[in-house]
Amino acid sequence: MARRPDPDPETASQTAGPYVHIGCLPSVAGFHAVFDGDLGASPIIEGAKGDVITVEGKIFDGYGDPLLDGMIETWQADAKGLYAGQAGADPKVPGFGRRATDAETGAFSFRTIRPGAAKGQAPHIAFWIVARGINIGLLTRLYFPEDNHSDDPILSRIETAERAKTLIAAKIGDAAYRFDIRLQGDGETVFLDM
Amino acid sequence: MTGGGLLPRDRAVQPAALTPEYKTSVTRSPRSPLLTLDSTVTEETGPVFGHDIIGPLDNDLINNFTQGASLANGERVLIHGRLSDQNGRAVPGALIEIWQANAGGRYRHANDSYFAPLDPNFGGCGRTLTDDDGNYRFMTIRPGAYPWPNGPNAWRPMHVHFSLFGAAFGQRLITQMYFEGDPLIDLCPIVAAIPDQRQIDRLVAHLDMSQAQSMDHLAYRFDITLRGRNQTMFENRPEGM
Repeated sequence: MARRPDPDPETASQTAGPYVHIGCLPSVAGFHAVFDGDLGASPIIEGAKGDVITVEGKIFDGYGDPLLDGMIETWQADAKGLYAGQAGADPKVPGFGRRATDAETGAFSFRTIRPGAAKGQAPHIAFWIVARGINIGLLTRLYFPEDNHSDDPILSRIETAERAKTLIAAKIGDAAYRFDIRLQGDGETVFLDM
Repeated sequence: MTGGGLLPRDRAVQPAALTPEYKTSVTRSPRSPLLTLDSTVTEETGPVFGHDIIGPLDNDLINNFTQGASLANGERVLIHGRLSDQNGRAVPGALIEIWQANAGGRYRHANDSYFAPLDPNFGGCGRTLTDDDGNYRFMTIRPGAYPWPNGPNAWRPMHVHFSLFGAAFGQRLITQMYFEGDPLIDLCPIVAAIPDQRQIDRLVAHLDMSQAQSMDHLAYRFDITLRGRNQTMFENRPEGM
């Protein structure tokens, strides 16, 4: 066997800082004329197949205060569990979303379709969180409370039910979910390295 | 992008979540260990951004805030480099977004109260897609250093924030680029969150006179490496090599 060359190290991460909106969500920073809109404004395009849902939440720090300067990115499959770029995926589901946490309340919310189950996994939406004070982006997932999670490769690896619960959204309406993320302390969200 | 799963992220070359000298990290860092698992299709796929989203001035921060009407103030610099993965392969068609302070060290943002004035001709955001060989370029002005409330007389070195997409959501990375020769780099607790000096050195862009333009601008080179894929072996060679 030939020896594989050692891979190069990944470039080091640095915090996104408090002004991340300028680069990633310029309209939130008050820039309306530089680019033609913000990227990730919606994970779906009108006509996407599937059930429309809304997701709202906040991100809490170790004091229990909501982050007012954070950014979340979401990545999800279409109603059949296929991701944009995969053969047969719904062209109306780009699948990528971006939101700032509100500068006064810390709340975020978005409208999307409920993703289907990707092969071998329960339906979920991936979340990536950056903010001032976060040295490297934090990856986690939202799962839905009404699904069977017993075969999901991630939820089944979490050792305590109490911890696994941190990845399951609360149903707050017919098609509405709340997903709060706790960076530290009681109810600390499970973050993923994968 | 096809092929194997993502290479596990080497946390030894990345900053820890908790780095107390950078004070805000104390309350924003998880205390439990990360759950480490092999990547799945969720992390191995990612958003695709087409050329239709990119305007002609998007990578020109000297001109884009006024859409070419007036030039931003400051030392004109070209920042360029190559985006590759850990296997050394170019990452083409990748979205790079940057943001930065103006020449006086002030951000155009409601939360920045530093008294250095805003430049009416400078916004501070840019974006581009890498070309077929993974190369990118931005025209901008060198941002100023600025004070911040991390401790007494704390200053950030001159820096440009970089946000990077590969082909996979699991390659997502945000970092900061510094400028060769800036003595504030060694004093910065955000930089010092990186545990490996070689990794810090890789965030420092080098003066590149080969791309400087006489009577116009200087140039700095900044190459970036994203996570790679496990390579499947084919006849004792990594596939595609």
